[in-house]
Amino acid sequence: MWTYLIRRFLYSIPILFGVSLVVFSLFHLVGGDPATILLGKHATAERVAMVRAELGLDQPLSHQFVNYLREVVTFDFGKSYATREDIRTKIANGIGPTLFLTVPAFILTALLSLSIALIVSYYRGRWIDRLSLVFFVIIMSLPSLAYILFGQFILASKMGWFPISGYGATFSERIYFVTLPVLISIALNLGSDIRFFRNSVIEEVTSDYVRTARAKGVSETMIYLKHVLKNSMVPVLTYIVIQIPYLVLGSLLLESFFSIPGIGGMTIEAVNNSDFPVLKAMTTFISIVFILSTLLTDVLYRLVDPRMKFGK
Amino acid sequence: MWQVALRKVFRKKIPLICGLIIAAFLMVAFAAQFMGFGAAWDIPVGGQYLPPDFSDFKMWLGTDILGRSVMYKTIQGTRVALSVGIITAVLSAPIGIIFGMISGYFGGFIDEVIVWFITTLSSIPNILLLIAISYTMGRGMTAVYIALTATSWISLARILRGEVIKHKQKEYLVAAEALGVGHTQRIFKHLLPNVTHQIILSMTFMVEIAIRSEVLLSYLGLGVQNLPSWGKMIDDAKGELSTGVWWQLTGATVAMFLLMFAINVLGDYVRDALDPRAHV
Repeated sequence: MWTYLIRRFLYSIPILFGVSLVVFSLFHLVGGDPATILLGKHATAERVAMVRAELGLDQPLSHQFVNYLREVVTFDFGKSYATREDIRTKIANGIGPTLFLTVPAFILTALLSLSIALIVSYYRGRWIDRLSLVFFVIIMSLPSLAYILFGQFILASKMGWFPISGYGATFSERIYFVTLPVLISIALNLGSDIRFFRNSVIEEVTSDYVRTARAKGVSETMIYLKHVLKNSMVPVLTYIVIQIPYLVLGSLLLESFFSIPGIGGMTIEAVNNSDFPVLKAMTTFISIVFILSTLLTDVLYRLVDPRMKFGK
Repeated sequence: MWQVALRKVFRKKIPLICGLIIAAFLMVAFAAQFMGFGAAWDIPVGGQYLPPDFSDFKMWLGTDILGRSVMYKTIQGTRVALSVGIITAVLSAPIGIIFGMISGYFGGFIDEVIVWFITTLSSIPNILLLIAISYTMGRGMTAVYIALTATSWISLARILRGEVIKHKQKEYLVAAEALGVGHTQRIFKHLLPNVTHQIILSMTFMVEIAIRSEVLLSYLGLGVQNLPSWGKMIDDAKGELSTGVWWQLTGATVAMFLLMFAINVLGDYVRDALDPRAHV
């Protein structure tokens, strides 16, 4: 067990290094001169030289890479180019609002789609199942921007049921502002979740041991409660768990449309402002969170799943 | 295996309709690309924000802020979306096939390096990688193609690696090895035909994801610059809705919805036909 833990932990080091290498080469090697992207094509040579010096782009590449690695390890990404804010503070401030939006949306989507999937799979092959399958493919196929525009324009602006955009200072204010984006987020993910869960449940319902149970006279309800629910949870939980790292990234579009001051909105803002240091820091930061959460889930799986214990 | 499955799929009515919808989109995109269909999109056809008028084809979806035909813009957007989808799939499939098959087939050190590379790339959330690449490469279509290709091959490579590892132990490959068939022949003549269905399925989803991403990138101003795109049309619609102009949003949304719906449903049928255990 311990050897596994140590090995798994050490394995994230080359991955972290790889991510740093990819992000660094993207921002420092592949692209055009970041100073020119920042200032536009018509900037004077002195201005470009000044910005290059400020961002450390005038140093040799090896120096730049070492500097960047130091940023990654110390989590100190310098200052935003557009607003002069410390990026670390910016990220720390953004996590709260992002999680306030994504966590409720995530939990509600999971619960709702799981319940619907169980109901639908109970009636598999009958009209209610077929109809809902069509309905959820339709939901999946609509562009996400259409949901956001529809929600903001019809439900908030026209009907006045929700605030158009913003984020509050107190808890109840925040709930008031976040309700509509949470609802839209649920609608965005419901279709694909339900389809996946339904297939996992049906896979279990049609398996041999369930047929045996049915042949022995176990009622359909009991089969669901005692066997199917438990066993179909393995793929379902895996599917849910791999979404957890995305919670920190937030929803880029929802945050920017509803002016929620989170990580996703900041990323879009950085694109719009051509804020090179922020964009680089966001990419790095989210990837680190990603690597750490995969590490954590792998370890947890190892601890939880009894089948893993006898492996090497 | 997949030829039989495809024939089986297209004998049913629903997948046939979806196939026809996709074919119609392809024809529109082809006509827009090579025969100048809707090429006059940037020439005003009337006043600002004229509502839809069904007596004239170019007025079917009304006009935009500059009096341009929204119908023509939707057609040109179709061309942009489909070329992004198809080019991405065509470029990234060979990369995914080569990396996935080599990794699964040879194993050992090569496998470890490729797996490391795949894990590294998939540790950066797709959308951020897309934004980062198209931002640093400069705005425009070339950057979009490169960004989408760089991100799309990963899942195919991973799927194929798993498939190849599964197939490697099967009798037919062991027999081929015993008969002295070389690596190249074993990979291309024996393995490849057995994973073709996975490649086709993956490419379908590549097209779908690429089109969705293009809309998103164009909306962020990172995508296509001098052509209309569904994403840019939806971006325009953001300001138009409050003045009651709904046709630009409708044009882009309906076009994208129809295409995504057809791809999704057809993909489902194909997958079920390929998977003997699937339950419809």
